[in-house]
Amino acid sequence: MQIKSRMVNKTLYILLSGELDEYTAQTVRKNLDLLLDTQKGYVQIVMDLSELTFMDSTGVGVLIGRYKKMKECNKPIFITNPSRNAERIFKMSGLYEIMPKIV
Amino acid sequence: MKNSMEIKFKAIAENEAFARNVVASFILPLNPSLSELEDIKTAVNEAITNVIVHAYPDKTGYVNMKIVTNDNKINITVSDNGIGIQDIERALTPFYTSKPNEERSGMGFTVMESFMDKLEVKNNKEGLTVSMSKEIEKNVVGL
Repeated sequence: MQIKSRMVNKTLYILLSGELDEYTAQTVRKNLDLLLDTQKGYVQIVMDLSELTFMDSTGVGVLIGRYKKMKECNKPIFITNPSRNAERIFKMSGLYEIMPKIV
Repeated sequence: MKNSMEIKFKAIAENEAFARNVVASFILPLNPSLSELEDIKTAVNEAITNVIVHAYPDKTGYVNMKIVTNDNKINITVSDNGIGIQDIERALTPFYTSKPNEERSGMGFTVMESFMDKLEVKNNKEGLTVSMSKEIEKNVVGL
């Protein structure tokens, strides 16, 4: 599981690449938090899931955890390019209500 | 044609990818669509995650996984010898998690129910058994 990021106009784009499950979740949490803590100057975050090849409901927990963290500093997180299954899980869990999907 | 397989592996997170890919490989001859394959992999993974996270709080145990296919019907059973679930009805409620401090969504069983045709959860004398089934759509072209 790899995490890549780039900053464009004060937006932090985060690309999650690989499989997000119970095994990788712990590292993903740690690395995302490190990235969110060390990057400076961004006002919002876009999670790009185009390269996420597997995700179950563990992914929802990971994303909600980051949402709570960023809510404290008023930085919204948006989701883009979810797979068909990720999309179904997000809709089921109401995730888009707190982390809207953008195209 | 009827076919079946059974494996037992350590209930540790490292084995999740292995287990879901075993399921995918085993059902490939049934010619599932990519979405059906993803549905089944996701549902199985949820069941295995449950065992890893909840079944063995004080020790490392094992996950038993059995797959039976019959024509285009797939039945998958994931069982363990752990502590079981005290209140199954409550556990099946969307968003319910017994570990609210661990960033868990409580959506595992809901995902299994939605991605498969049928889901059954029952306590055994020792541990829990989750059975789920799905019918693969037959190839309309008939290749």
